[in-house]
Amino acid sequence: MASISSRALFEPAIVKQALVDSVRKLSPARMVKNPVMFVVELGSAFTTLLFVHALVTGAGDAPWPFTLAVAVWLWFTVLFANFAEAMAEGRGKAQAQSLRAARKDVMAKRLAEPRHGAAVEQVSSSTLRKDDVVLVEAGDIIPSDGEIVEGVASVDESAITGESAPVIRESGGDRSAVTGGTRVLSDWLVVRIRVEAGQTFLDRMIGMVEGAKRQKTPNEIALDILLAGLSLVFLLATVTLRPFSAYAVTASGSGAVVTLTVLVALLVCLIPTTIGGLLSAIGIAGMDRLIQANVLATSGRAVEAAGDVDVLLLDKTGTITHGNRQAWALLPAPGSTELELASVARLASLADETPEGKSIVTLADSKKAATPDASGAQFVTFTAQTRMSGVDLGSRRIRKGASDAIERWVTEAGGQISPETRRAVEDVARQGATPLLVAENARIIGVVQLKDVVKAGIRERFVELRRLGIKTVMVTGDNPLTAAAIAAEAGVDDFLAEATPEAKLALIRKYQAEGHLVAMTGDGTNDAPALAQADVAVAMNSGTQAAREAGNMVDLDSNPTKLLEVVRIGKQLLMTRGALTTFSIANDVSKYFAIIPAAFVGTYPSLAALDVMRLHSPTTAVLSAVIFNALIIVGLIPIALRGLTARPAPAPELLRRNLLVYGLGGLLLPFPFIKLIDVTLAAMGVS
Amino acid sequence: MSASFGLLVVFLVGLTLVAVPLGRFIALVLDGALPAPVRKVESLLFRLAGVDVAESMPWPRYAASVLVFNLLGLLVVYVLQRLQGALPLNPAQLPGVGPEVAFNTAVSFASNTNWQAYAGETTMSHLTQMVALTTQNFVSAATGIAVLTALVRGLRAEKSPGLGSFWVDLSRSTLFVLLPLSVVLALVLASQGVVQTFAANVKVATLEGAEQTLAVGPVASQVAIKQLGTNGGGFYNVNSAHPFENPTPVTNLLELLAILLIPAALCFSFGHLVRDRRQGWALYATMVALFVPLAGLTLWAEHQPTAALSMTGVDVSGGNMEGKEVRFGVGASALWAVATTAASNGSVNAMHDSFTPLGGLGPMWLMQLGEVVFGGVGSGLYGLLVYAVLAVFIAGLMVGRTPEYLGKKVGAFEMKMASLAVLFPSAAALLGTAVACVLPEGVAAVGNGGAHGFSEMLYAFSSGANNNGSAFGGLTVNGPFYAIAIGLVMLVGRYWVIVPVLALAGSFAARRRVPPSSGTLPTHGPMFVVLLAFVVALVGALTFVPALALGPVVEHLTR
Repeated sequence: MASISSRALFEPAIVKQALVDSVRKLSPARMVKNPVMFVVELGSAFTTLLFVHALVTGAGDAPWPFTLAVAVWLWFTVLFANFAEAMAEGRGKAQAQSLRAARKDVMAKRLAEPRHGAAVEQVSSSTLRKDDVVLVEAGDIIPSDGEIVEGVASVDESAITGESAPVIRESGGDRSAVTGGTRVLSDWLVVRIRVEAGQTFLDRMIGMVEGAKRQKTPNEIALDILLAGLSLVFLLATVTLRPFSAYAVTASGSGAVVTLTVLVALLVCLIPTTIGGLLSAIGIAGMDRLIQANVLATSGRAVEAAGDVDVLLLDKTGTITHGNRQAWALLPAPGSTELELASVARLASLADETPEGKSIVTLADSKKAATPDASGAQFVTFTAQTRMSGVDLGSRRIRKGASDAIERWVTEAGGQISPETRRAVEDVARQGATPLLVAENARIIGVVQLKDVVKAGIRERFVELRRLGIKTVMVTGDNPLTAAAIAAEAGVDDFLAEATPEAKLALIRKYQAEGHLVAMTGDGTNDAPALAQADVAVAMNSGTQAAREAGNMVDLDSNPTKLLEVVRIGKQLLMTRGALTTFSIANDVSKYFAIIPAAFVGTYPSLAALDVMRLHSPTTAVLSAVIFNALIIVGLIPIALRGLTARPAPAPELLRRNLLVYGLGGLLLPFPFIKLIDVTLAAMGVS
Repeated sequence: MSASFGLLVVFLVGLTLVAVPLGRFIALVLDGALPAPVRKVESLLFRLAGVDVAESMPWPRYAASVLVFNLLGLLVVYVLQRLQGALPLNPAQLPGVGPEVAFNTAVSFASNTNWQAYAGETTMSHLTQMVALTTQNFVSAATGIAVLTALVRGLRAEKSPGLGSFWVDLSRSTLFVLLPLSVVLALVLASQGVVQTFAANVKVATLEGAEQTLAVGPVASQVAIKQLGTNGGGFYNVNSAHPFENPTPVTNLLELLAILLIPAALCFSFGHLVRDRRQGWALYATMVALFVPLAGLTLWAEHQPTAALSMTGVDVSGGNMEGKEVRFGVGASALWAVATTAASNGSVNAMHDSFTPLGGLGPMWLMQLGEVVFGGVGSGLYGLLVYAVLAVFIAGLMVGRTPEYLGKKVGAFEMKMASLAVLFPSAAALLGTAVACVLPEGVAAVGNGGAHGFSEMLYAFSSGANNNGSAFGGLTVNGPFYAIAIGLVMLVGRYWVIVPVLALAGSFAARRRVPPSSGTLPTHGPMFVVLLAFVVALVGALTFVPALALGPVVEHLTR
């Protein structure tokens, strides 16, 4: 799926299909869902009838070539809008293709009883029901979404995540969910199917990507109402022009009553076709961008809510810190040196494969600690009982571990801890770090400070979020002391220490009661209640099935930092919608200046003064406005599909910039373009 | 001309200085923060009337109360007019009013429009003027304040459906705001020579020796509330141009201030009530920002000589004095015209029909903007708040959030109600004018031919649909067609806005308040003022530009 982000905006294959689809979408049953464009379609049909009437009778509403031209361009307006939608859907469909390849029907080994070794029956994956239990062995494709009942296996999930490295899946714990369409590479799994056929994660994902079952989001519905309301206002303004014009003709005794063709043209130019035509494309494209970020949303509503989120609950581990403590400083005890401590600590950690152990070796190496010969060494591994590890090298017995454990060990050997060292241990703990004592025989050599290292650049991200008005809350199981220290270092606004699932849920409820919208990430089954409560809940794909079902988004990369990206995409979606609405409405001013003088100059010649663009003739004036109105939809497709660049800035700054670009720009831009089209039409001999 | 613009500046400064403290006072009244003795009297009155002070009505009940109360008021006015011939306090022995005009007048006064399809002194008895019309002048204005208060409560509420009690809001607005202000203004006006008597006529001998009958009556008391309550229905047919209603430049300035006083003050009340005074200032600034350019246009246009007069060789350096009172001059007349149409007042001290085309366009467009630039008492501000909802919806999206106003999310239902509230008055004005254009009865009443005749019809329906009541003149409106058509248009323009606004209030009330952050669109800064003014002007322009092009714009261009 990595290739998708680099897909060109107008890929020929997609464009070709979209062209076909834009005609197919002309069906009134589909158009009626988009009130603005439905009005345009009715207008197109009506002017077409007027054209036929004019052609047959020879004396219709307006000269037939003019009516024909208006009708043709009105049809184009509808087609362009359909094309925009089809393009957005097409890009989604292309992404769905790669997913569909994974969804092929496979043979599943259904077990008679939910245990390894029970009788196996070969069935098609499409006949599997919820709660069936299947056996999946090395090389098999997992037939459907499920929960592992028994077994451990490495699974290739690249079909879903694009990540080629296999992941370990096992029963119990937080890595027990498997996804249909992924492949078991080694060992075997007994899986209880969790969904009915056709409703798997993959199926839902394909549905979302294609935008097939897309429902309008609340904000889209509200915008639709506004657009419909505006259309009604403009309908009134144009419909009443006919009697106004009739009165004017009688009163002035000159000119002709404005034609129905011109009125329909005026109506279509005035109603917000630009945003009306691009609205659904913007929504689909927003979802598309989310998927490019490898996040799958279960509804458009969730994407929209992401733009509104003002409290982010971030897990400390994995999001804010790298998630493993690393050796950060060496504090020698009285009577020893840093170099000695480094050397001894290094020796104690040589066989320690944990990230902590490795980091001690790295730190010691950076201190250029002497490397003693470790041949014949007896390594002592860490156990939960001793809570220390180390090495016996001849008479040297070296240990490192939790301070109380080492202290006991040294005391038993006849040694003791000095007050200075004890203070050093307490200091380290107070800073939110973990003290590790290193001792040789009965002597304490010093303290190794292990620290949770905050990710590079995360502090800047939080500053950015604060500018957007988003509060960050760090959630951690650490004690308050440690949590406060890391929170201060990372620059989050608040933290929840010693977090239990209940405390997390209570915190979300508290923020929501204050009117905030809360987003969080989670992966464990015990995260599920909090995920279900949060307004935007991103579940890690590596997490449990329960977590994935409780969330309204799934991050395929299982990268908790992705939440920030999700918020950005949500905001971008809303901004694009708002900007194009503003642009669309602002455009209307210029169209009045084109059409009003053209329509009434016969009755009142003095109205020519309003023709500020000095257009060639009334015919070209009306046509120019209609053509501009149609072409601008095509011109804005890239913005609709790509979205506005959402630079993080406080609301007033964003408003000022967007109002200037899309408001003022929308007001002024059409003037030169309408003039240009008019000049072109005149040059082509249209009079 | 510079003196006229000086007058505009002095007027606005004076208005602001008075409106700010009054706004604070009104906010206290609406919140029920009254002195203990007043409270005691009030609670006695409420007990007598069977009103539960603590009741908080959900929006349908609040709306029903408004509608029932207004319907009853409408019926009383209708019946009193029809029966006035047989009722006391009718010294001029005027007969009962005809059904069409009585209907029109009843709707007109109940809806705070005060469109007058009749000549007051020769149609209405003193009883009708005082009991029917003046009462409605008070309660129709109080209804506006009540509806505004309900909307404010909706914005203030935290997930509770109650909007307060209509009866309490209505009573407090009338008793503690409108009544005291009217008493003070009436007394001041009477001191300046405005008539106040129960006598019918005064017979005087003119200099030529002829005998002339001058109509008099309880004028000062009605004029005070007609201005303060943005009613505008004069005692006399020529309204505030009549020397017994508006005798001197001093009364003229006082009445001018009275026209905009309460609509302006309510902006500041709003700020107090939502606990953020900047919000009130922003709304006031928006009104001023829309008012000043249009006032400037009309002032400038009226200082230009008319083409017809220049040709006669008369000295026209003073500007367009046709249809204006010499004691007011161009500046005070033009300023009155924009003030009375900005507020949905509609009283006139000059003939708008005689204004230059651009001079007349200012007042006409101020009405077509939906009477939200100051507007009617209460109704102007709730109208502007509807536009604010539209503005935050569009602009709010541009900052990447689903829109909210004062912490209340704007969803589909709010959008529906806001759209309806904007749509109905415009629809009524345009459709009414269109019907008049095609019906012989509509066209026949036009006083002038050509584009000016169209302006007359458009002005009449714009005035009615936006509950202004200002008359352009020239159009004969006491015939059945205009009496009924404008009556209907006034009903639509008033109540089909009130109901959506109350629905909006109810929907807001049920929502949670979202605390503001730096990601929230601020609705108190200059940026928002510009945006809101722009939205109001754009919607007004896009709706009425074609019509205006065929009326005043053509007139101006073909001079």
